[in-house]
Amino acid sequence: MIRRFLQAGVVALLLMQSVALAATSPRSGITYAGADVRALQADDFANPGMLWVARGEKLWSTPAGRNNKACASCHQEAASSMKGVAARYPRIDTATGKVINIEGRINTCRERNQAADPLQYESEELLALTAYVAHQSRGMPVAVVADAANRPHLERGREIYYRRQGQMNLACVNCHEQNAGRKLLAETISEGHGNAYPAYRLEWQATGSLHRRLRACYFGVRAVMPAFGSDELLDLELYLARRATGLTVETPGVRR
Amino acid sequence: MRRFYRNARRTWCIAAFGAVAGCAALVPPEPLPAFTVAGDAIPVPLVQAAGDSARGRTVMAGRDANCLLCHAIPESGERFMGNVAPPLSGVGARLSSAQLRLRVVDQSRLNRDTVMPSYYRVNGLTRVAEAYRGKPILTAQQVEDVVAYLQTLR
Repeated sequence: MIRRFLQAGVVALLLMQSVALAATSPRSGITYAGADVRALQADDFANPGMLWVARGEKLWSTPAGRNNKACASCHQEAASSMKGVAARYPRIDTATGKVINIEGRINTCRERNQAADPLQYESEELLALTAYVAHQSRGMPVAVVADAANRPHLERGREIYYRRQGQMNLACVNCHEQNAGRKLLAETISEGHGNAYPAYRLEWQATGSLHRRLRACYFGVRAVMPAFGSDELLDLELYLARRATGLTVETPGVRR
Repeated sequence: MRRFYRNARRTWCIAAFGAVAGCAALVPPEPLPAFTVAGDAIPVPLVQAAGDSARGRTVMAGRDANCLLCHAIPESGERFMGNVAPPLSGVGARLSSAQLRLRVVDQSRLNRDTVMPSYYRVNGLTRVAEAYRGKPILTAQQVEDVVAYLQTLR
């Protein structure tokens, strides 16, 4: 009797531990990738995403707009001024009260300080600058903190994450939590973290934004696709960043 | 007749609201022809014509149903198969046509939390992309074809 009781206790402890581990140690998508993809991401000379980073580095010190200012005119060396930014983003834009990601911050800066037109979402220029800025935080732990200002947006992002939608009637959670590690055809389902974006995807033969990746899932479940930079995708991006706490920034990541 | 009715309603809607988008949001999907669920099965086929297992195999492996995305069917001879859902080997021996029909039509009636899409259902879905709105994933005939193919897996 006592023995059975002890056994039950041990099982319960083990279960609790595995639940706690699942909740506290997220797995980056790169750990689900094959050796070839992991090697590609790990080697800066082979990682195709570094081409976008290199282009972003050039754009960083290229003057733009009617004020003839470059990013570097105010922010100087990105290696120090942008270090840690991607780990903290997305944030709440105090001017609008809405979520703003790095793409949005670059465009706000262009309009307010450079008197330049905003860059198109998913344009090569915006991808390059975003990848360059995010790259300055590579290796740093994702550290989006919940506070009073971002809480409603985190809640909204969480709702979207758990909301079934589309003709396939699936929510993010159905695949990326309940079935992470299993195979969809030949592809291993990851936990769906955004810590490597902008990332080079072999399927795209290009670097793309997290919003492009998220829209691909909306397309897959045959749901109405929110626009690039929409409030919906920004709230979801914020929730995903919070959910990725414990991972490090990998930009530019390489994915299948 | 049904098409005429739908067109007439659409015309009225456009006239009243001046936008097709508004119309799509207001008009619920045309209900699918009724079928009867008995226990965990749909005993009567959705269409009169018998299911064709060869066509069903094509539907299963193809983009319409994409069953192999989640289910392994070693008998299909396909190279890549998922493992999100149980393998379907021998499913024709385990389940009757009537039971398989309900599972293809709407597995959520048996398991509310299932991740399997309902292949013949248009109601209770949200934010469906416009191209698919009001349409089931498979036609009634395709459902019967898939059921016929599943019956061959013994």
